[in-house]
Amino acid sequence: MANKSAGQLFDKVLIANRGEIALRIQRACREMAIKTVVVHSEADADAKYVRLADESVCIGPPPSAQSYLNIPAIISAAEVTDAQAIHPGYGFLSENADFAEKVEKSGFVFIGPRPDTIRLMGDKVNAKIAMAKAGIPIVPGSEGALPDDPKEILKIARTVKYPVIVKAAGGGGGRGMRVVHTEAALLPAVSLTRSEAGAAFGNPTVYLEKYLDKPRHIEIQVLADEHKNVVYLFERDCSMQRRHQKIIEEAPAPGIALRLLTRIGERCVEACRKINYRGAGTFEFLYQDDEFFFIEMNTRIQVEHPVSELITGIDIVQQQIRVAAGQRLTIRQRDVVRRGHAIECRINAEDPDTFAPSPGRITSYHAPGGPGIRVDSHVYHNYFVPPNYDSMIGKVIAYGDTREQAIARMRVALSEMVVEGIKTNIPLHQELLLDDSFLRGGITIHYLEQRMAKRKQTA
Amino acid sequence: MDLRKLKTLIELVESSGIAELEIAEGEERVRITRALAPAAHHHPLPAQHATPMQMAHVPVPAVVQEPEGHTIKSPMVGTFYRSASPGAKAFVDIGDSVQAGDPLCIIEAMKLMNEIEADRAGVVKAILAENGQAVEYGQPLVIIG
Repeated sequence: MANKSAGQLFDKVLIANRGEIALRIQRACREMAIKTVVVHSEADADAKYVRLADESVCIGPPPSAQSYLNIPAIISAAEVTDAQAIHPGYGFLSENADFAEKVEKSGFVFIGPRPDTIRLMGDKVNAKIAMAKAGIPIVPGSEGALPDDPKEILKIARTVKYPVIVKAAGGGGGRGMRVVHTEAALLPAVSLTRSEAGAAFGNPTVYLEKYLDKPRHIEIQVLADEHKNVVYLFERDCSMQRRHQKIIEEAPAPGIALRLLTRIGERCVEACRKINYRGAGTFEFLYQDDEFFFIEMNTRIQVEHPVSELITGIDIVQQQIRVAAGQRLTIRQRDVVRRGHAIECRINAEDPDTFAPSPGRITSYHAPGGPGIRVDSHVYHNYFVPPNYDSMIGKVIAYGDTREQAIARMRVALSEMVVEGIKTNIPLHQELLLDDSFLRGGITIHYLEQRMAKRKQTA
Repeated sequence: MDLRKLKTLIELVESSGIAELEIAEGEERVRITRALAPAAHHHPLPAQHATPMQMAHVPVPAVVQEPEGHTIKSPMVGTFYRSASPGAKAFVDIGDSVQAGDPLCIIEAMKLMNEIEADRAGVVKAILAENGQAVEYGQPLVIIG
């Protein structure tokens, strides 16, 4: 494997991902005159970024487990092509600490945080503990499992303040949870949840958290190098979600006092310093009643990174690559200035009403354009959207001097966009861009599902 | 210039109508001429900044036909070797008879040597990869007829 002196950019980077993010990483590499090796499954042999790559290696059949999640195949591809670094993108192996470790042990640079950081943040309970230690506000609750003593349980709930939510430690995804609004209902709720948990998950352990009934999803983007420089690139509001899947994201977050955002941003930077974070990362929070509550940290580039790039003018993917090559961040916090407003719509190959996936051949494709419009998509005219992977076929991002202008530009862009042969959620986006609550700004993470439920009732 | 690039250039000349292709990359230079093209079209190049380090004159056959048979494809990414170790005799040569289960070649991946076996009996008609060549998943290796 070719050697490289510290600070020198890579000669060749292997992109271990697919779809729009593979193209995004490739563009960042090509701009910096870095050669790209793209690994792909048989289903992606005709991808745009495969054709544009300096080298491409087919690593397996369509199923992800045998291709994009196939660690030996990916490392082997790096070996035979003499790549120096591997960019994992998002999803797939990007937050797999074992993969990061194996990449490094095999002599390659993993473009991301250190394996032990990934491991720490991957365990959501340990992540909360580590963040609390680092001064990040977390959802208040019982520290670990609820004790048996009823007096203790009542005491914990009084400190946390009602409403609280009793959660089964072995549950998740909305299962094994009970919201409690008054003290009188607490102890019966705890014993009920315990016995249900024992029956459903084989584990009666429960814990308690403050219940947030109208939270917004606000996240902070950070960037850290290996020379103790850390900056935050402001926040993103990703509250427009369906089943925990983000649909529309924007930056900055509307209607939150700047001093609150500055304070939480600075705390995230401090936390990064304490845990010796490296690379790009995102702290995710639930925000309610002027308070931030940490839920988890994502130790990778995120889908919605373009909105932060547009309001700061910073290329986050390039910064990731530079940091991984040992370079110092050239930006200081005072250089990070926000300007304007950006909104991103995730375009999915799915039925806009039923959300059923809609793979197949795009028989007619026309991308929007014009001032303030950025399209991050790997698809093209006659491209076959494979059924084996997630349904996102691209992102349209609109930038404006104001939120209103960004929204107006997005409406125009989506009206110009043509994707025929498959169904997309463009009609859903067009509806949401006319929705009163969305236009006012500040919707909660429950808004979209509540809106859909209402429409079902009146239909 | 590595073998894979060369292969791509050869395919380019094959599939297009051009008689001669010359490419310079840094100090390397490659000229590929179709076997059917008359020698009169050969123009000597003015020496510019660097002397050519490498000149490969590769005649391109007008028609390429692969023999009939069953193609064994690579089940993994790695490096293709024709023998068990450097200097050892190749597992098979063109014309050899093989039984199902006979080793045909090795794919080295992450320091592990993986034997690729014939999945049926027959005669080796073609060997489609070079010793030491990087191969990808699904790449044709051997044809058994």
